[in-house]
Amino acid sequence: MRWKDRLHTWLDSRTGVETAVRNFLYENIPASSGWHQVFGSVTLFLFLTQAFTGALLAFNYAPTPGDAYNSLRYILAEVTAGRLMRGLHHWGASMMIVVVVLHMTQVFLYGAYKRPREATWMVGVVLLLMTLAYGLTGYLLPWDNRAYWGTEVATQIAAQAPVIGPYMVQLLGGQGEVGVVTFARFYGLHVLLLPPATLLLIAVHVYLVRKHGVAPEPGDEARPVKKFFPQQVFRDTVAIFIAFVILFVMAVAVRVPLEQLADPTDTTYIPRPEWYFLFLFQTLKLFEGPLEVIGSVVLPALAILALLFVPFIDRGRMRKVTQRTFAASLVALTAIGWGALTVTAVITTPKPAIAEQIDFSQPTDWLQLSPVELAGLGYFRQENCISCHNVADGKPKIGPDLAAGTHKSAAWMIQHFKRPSVMRPGTAMPPIQLSDSQLNTLAAFLLKLNPRNAEGLQAAPDFAVQGAIVYQMGQCGSCHQVNGVGVKLGPPLNGLKQRRTQQWVEDHFRNPQALSPGSIMPPYRFPPSDMEKIVAYLFVLPD
Amino acid sequence: MDTQTAPETSRRGFYLTFIYGLWSLIGAALAAPALLYLLLPPRVRRESEWIEAADVTRLQPRVPVEVVFRKNRIDGWKITSEKETAWVVKLSDQQTVAFGPQCTHLGCAYHWDEAKSEFLCPCHNSVFAVDGKVMSGPAPRPLDRYETKIENGKLLLGQLHQPARSKA
Repeated sequence: MRWKDRLHTWLDSRTGVETAVRNFLYENIPASSGWHQVFGSVTLFLFLTQAFTGALLAFNYAPTPGDAYNSLRYILAEVTAGRLMRGLHHWGASMMIVVVVLHMTQVFLYGAYKRPREATWMVGVVLLLMTLAYGLTGYLLPWDNRAYWGTEVATQIAAQAPVIGPYMVQLLGGQGEVGVVTFARFYGLHVLLLPPATLLLIAVHVYLVRKHGVAPEPGDEARPVKKFFPQQVFRDTVAIFIAFVILFVMAVAVRVPLEQLADPTDTTYIPRPEWYFLFLFQTLKLFEGPLEVIGSVVLPALAILALLFVPFIDRGRMRKVTQRTFAASLVALTAIGWGALTVTAVITTPKPAIAEQIDFSQPTDWLQLSPVELAGLGYFRQENCISCHNVADGKPKIGPDLAAGTHKSAAWMIQHFKRPSVMRPGTAMPPIQLSDSQLNTLAAFLLKLNPRNAEGLQAAPDFAVQGAIVYQMGQCGSCHQVNGVGVKLGPPLNGLKQRRTQQWVEDHFRNPQALSPGSIMPPYRFPPSDMEKIVAYLFVLPD
Repeated sequence: MDTQTAPETSRRGFYLTFIYGLWSLIGAALAAPALLYLLLPPRVRRESEWIEAADVTRLQPRVPVEVVFRKNRIDGWKITSEKETAWVVKLSDQQTVAFGPQCTHLGCAYHWDEAKSEFLCPCHNSVFAVDGKVMSGPAPRPLDRYETKIENGKLLLGQLHQPARSKA
């Protein structure tokens, strides 16, 4: 013990660190302090977590368009715990918005911004704006379609601002189009400029909180002050822990999507902002034509100004929170308004195109399969082959691993599917009840399967697999090519989405001659569900 | 005296236990994945590619030929196509080998000295026999070899390997 005490004394006399920590922890706080004041600490914790996970992501991330997307896919598919890191960073951003708003709501409800704490509040409002700026700049960094088109809209809105619009365009990298310069600027803001600026403002914010002390409630003067440590530190810790558990569970359980690589020529993509910007997106729709600038720039600017000057608008004396009914109604109204706008935005946004449901954060080898092979994957799933066979690593199952080793010939397989015990005496495998052509697709799929592509083939979405089955049943391959397989009598179908709209293709199926006079294609009257599947499949084919 | 302070101390102890305990959990839950993320090698989806390098039927017995071919190298999220070189020798009708192009001493490019029928490294005069064994000089081990296989008279090359020390 003695040497420990001496070490402490030595350290404190040289650095003052012990005294500083002591002063920090044993600060006086008012008797009314409690659970409602934990949100500031949670916000700080979440910010530091974002900085940590952000730095780790940067270790495996190439900040240029194109490479950004590939390196993110590398993080998600190949780096150990990479998906978790991205999950923490992605959901941490959303969570930070939630907690910042809770923090501000609490301060607002309690009137804690009143004299002499006006500056603390105003710095806080700037910190809120910076949090939103992280969201806006970080949104572009995956460089998928979602990122590209969302940012495209955001920069065009900035360009609408009266007077400063053109300067904003210059600042955001140019010609009103999102490109390499915009990307570099957003990345620079996100990782170089914003973090130190945030740290500085957090320091000022915390300094001001300490300088003025935690805001007391009326009646606190008569009651004895408390110490920050350990009771309030305990409360903060519990709140932080709860927030962290929620964040961690979300990062593990909720898959963060990655769409296809940003395609500036895509004319069908419907951009949507992150959920916390949806209310702005909806406000914009209320104003049309020349009034649009009111919804996009004027109203948000006024709202920010009003928020900033709250302490000067409400100059009344401190009251108990239960008596602040006007403030409470204002919060309730804002919440209702925000909720209504957000819900309307969610409801009225058209369903995303089926192709956007493909998760590009995992291997996509299935995109390279021919329709025969992909349809075979459909029967492979339908017949539930996976219950007795492995196709990738895992616990050994009763049947042999179908990806490993050399494959038998297609002819052997088809015979084996029909009468397993003839080809393999003593086998437990039941015969597969499918037609010859269906068994043929199954054999084609199995011939394609190997240990390297097994995972990427398993990831094929059902709509594409079903679409390939419809393609096979319609024998489209006798006149068309997909991925280089089929007959070149009609046009190859890769790149169809660049040439035609989905509606055109549907109409063309029903009556080819009406749209392509002279075409020898017979009409196809698919049932609606088959029509949807085959069109969706044709529109996800690689170019 | 104890009646007054005992609940007070035990409540303080309760707070401290939770503060230290919960922060340790948070720290561990962040540090463990971070260490895995940084220290474990990424899961490589390596294509075990075999690259066609030479026509075996055209090789003269025990006359090395320098062949140049292109190979995909996986570097993080990038796949780059690179030029690579190998010295191919048909040692016998059953055995054709391909040597890596660098001297096993310090990585200089060696060449075939036709007059003496040996590989000579110009940097520090390491000399290798036609089968890659070290004849003289500072080279610590025989020439590195590519995995090879022959299909339809074509020589296919795989990964470059150092020969096991015991064999040579």
